[in-house]
Amino acid sequence: MSAIKEMVMAKAITAALRDELAADQKTLLIGEDIGALGGVFRVTEGLQAEFGTHRVIDSPLAESGIVGTSIGMAMRGYRPVAEIQFDGFVFPAFNQITTQLAKMHNRTDGRVKVPVTIRLPYGGHIGSIEHHSESPEALFAHTAGLRILAPSNPQDAYWMTRQAIVSDDPVIILEPKRRYWLKGKVDLQNPAPDAFRAQVLREGTDATIATYGPLVPVALAAAEAARAESRSIEVVDIRSISPLDDETIARSAAKTQRLIVAHEAPTFGGIGGEIAARVAERAHHRLLAPVLRVGGFHMPYPPSAQEHRYLPDIDRMLEAVDRSFSYQRSA
Amino acid sequence: MEPEEVQPVQLLTPEGKLAENEVYSPFIAELSAEKLRELYRYMAMERRLDAEATSLQRQGQLALWAPALGQEAAQVGTIAAIKSSDMVFPTYREHAMALYRGISPEELLTMFRATRHTGWDPREHNFHVYTLVLAAQTLHAAGWAMGINQDLRTESVPRDRAEDEIVVACIGDGATSQGDAHESMVFAASYELPLLYFIQNNHWAISVPTRTQSRGPLVNRAKGYGFEGVRVDGNDVLASYAVAAKLSGEIRAGNGPKLIESVTYRMGAHTTADDPTKYRSSEEEELWKGRDPIQRYRSWLSSAGHADEDFFAEVDAEYKDLAADMRKSVLAMEPIDLDRVFDTVYSEPHRQVETEKAWLKDYEAGFAEEQTEAGTAG
Repeated sequence: MSAIKEMVMAKAITAALRDELAADQKTLLIGEDIGALGGVFRVTEGLQAEFGTHRVIDSPLAESGIVGTSIGMAMRGYRPVAEIQFDGFVFPAFNQITTQLAKMHNRTDGRVKVPVTIRLPYGGHIGSIEHHSESPEALFAHTAGLRILAPSNPQDAYWMTRQAIVSDDPVIILEPKRRYWLKGKVDLQNPAPDAFRAQVLREGTDATIATYGPLVPVALAAAEAARAESRSIEVVDIRSISPLDDETIARSAAKTQRLIVAHEAPTFGGIGGEIAARVAERAHHRLLAPVLRVGGFHMPYPPSAQEHRYLPDIDRMLEAVDRSFSYQRSA
Repeated sequence: MEPEEVQPVQLLTPEGKLAENEVYSPFIAELSAEKLRELYRYMAMERRLDAEATSLQRQGQLALWAPALGQEAAQVGTIAAIKSSDMVFPTYREHAMALYRGISPEELLTMFRATRHTGWDPREHNFHVYTLVLAAQTLHAAGWAMGINQDLRTESVPRDRAEDEIVVACIGDGATSQGDAHESMVFAASYELPLLYFIQNNHWAISVPTRTQSRGPLVNRAKGYGFEGVRVDGNDVLASYAVAAKLSGEIRAGNGPKLIESVTYRMGAHTTADDPTKYRSSEEEELWKGRDPIQRYRSWLSSAGHADEDFFAEVDAEYKDLAADMRKSVLAMEPIDLDRVFDTVYSEPHRQVETEKAWLKDYEAGFAEEQTEAGTAG
């Protein structure tokens, strides 16, 4: 019997949660509206009926409470998977995540493990109102002690969710909500590559676009469009933001000699800048142009009626590729 | 509208006379003379440790010290009334409670010497490490209590063990203003958690009086969440014991969370970096000196015939040694190696941490080589 199924990303995550709930009695889910409703994105649909109200817990409307109690449950040996309803609502829990969850293992000299997974539907392009489209990953990546994953397809979403839950470290999974309904094949038996490694999704020779989460399909489409102009673009799915697989990204950049990093989050103080610095350190002499960034602007996420101008799209990526080619190396 | 005043439960007057209380006195009646003396021992131990730690800080041997001076009865009475299997989530001033749980003065002072962030294994003592970002620990306590309920539902630990466990969340009057304290109480009430909130109202959140945190007695907050709260004279170790014994028993019986507001006084400074003369009067300090929890208890122990002068002399001598040993062990404390700090950021390998650790090793090895070369050249 084949274990390869076609499913949308949201349902791949549901399957991962179901499989982990079934595999380990210590795994439990907590969040707002995740029970009878199945979450506002229906990711936990049916799980409370299947596993009970004590394992799929509807929490009070309190994000700090969700993360803070998850820490307490994890200390006692549980593996809580906390759902934060939307990116913009993670901030009431910011203290618990950064001063408590991230530091607990370190400050107790490794005596206390807190295997908490935080599921964070994130990113824009869903035409929503404010606080529903943000990309706060840089704020968490800057905090030592957290692991941060960003799946871009159903297969990764399934396996990253499972790997996050069994990890003894706290993991934040950035779920690209605009891709929840993206279909893809999920191999339920053979794990995807190591969740904490980047992956070359498309080979190319002239330039690399490295990105993660919601922009991976955009980068693939940009690469396809570039082919019409006889440019061969390599696409790297970064997948893990912390740890960052700078090795794989730099190897690709060294090969194609041009690198563009794209994310929805503002470029200022963002992951793209970190990657640019690391790639420059590793492959400076190979690069024919500076690493360029494509991302959001230094403004609060705009009203979604204007998000099409804010979010990186195929054209913005291709413009960056053009710009990369415009650099001339002086002799 | 003026807030309602609530008279704290008191079993021992400031003069050291026993006051009868129909509800709470029976909990004291069951204490043996030996147990009563033990309560005194821990209170005296804390006070001695406090004095020594303060002087160590003044001499530059501790980075900081937060004295619990004056709060000994509140802490000892409460922790003596619960079981050693009950998990306690302290703030950063529960020194008497820590000592009662068998944490050594050396372990206790580790974080204050800043050689390590924390000094003891929480599971070994069922006493979590200190939390400095206040009220965060009240949510961890609620989570731990949810874990107890979870154990019962999934029968993953023997039923009688989980049923017998409660959790204590410590918090000060200042930190009751934090949102996490509120969220914790909401969770505790919603899920009927076996959780005892132990508020030590020591009157001062550094320089800000309790009045700024709460218009009325803090104990009244419990009502709003739908559970019971009791106000107790925190400078009365017998009342502190009796109230905690009664409420913890009720929680153990499955009645959901409860709250204690223990009215006490921070006789010392907030920390060694603080100067109370800037914000409170010496009259107030004098008033509370008259309510000293140790004096009060000592005079009752003597008059009731539970302890004689030999006992007090013996305790004094014992803690003189403790102070000397403590000083020795503090001075001998080795700081944690930075390699160990690298190694515990994550429990599983992390590329960036490993790279930076390796880089630092090479970098420092470079200095060692230079020194060797310089040595050879010389």
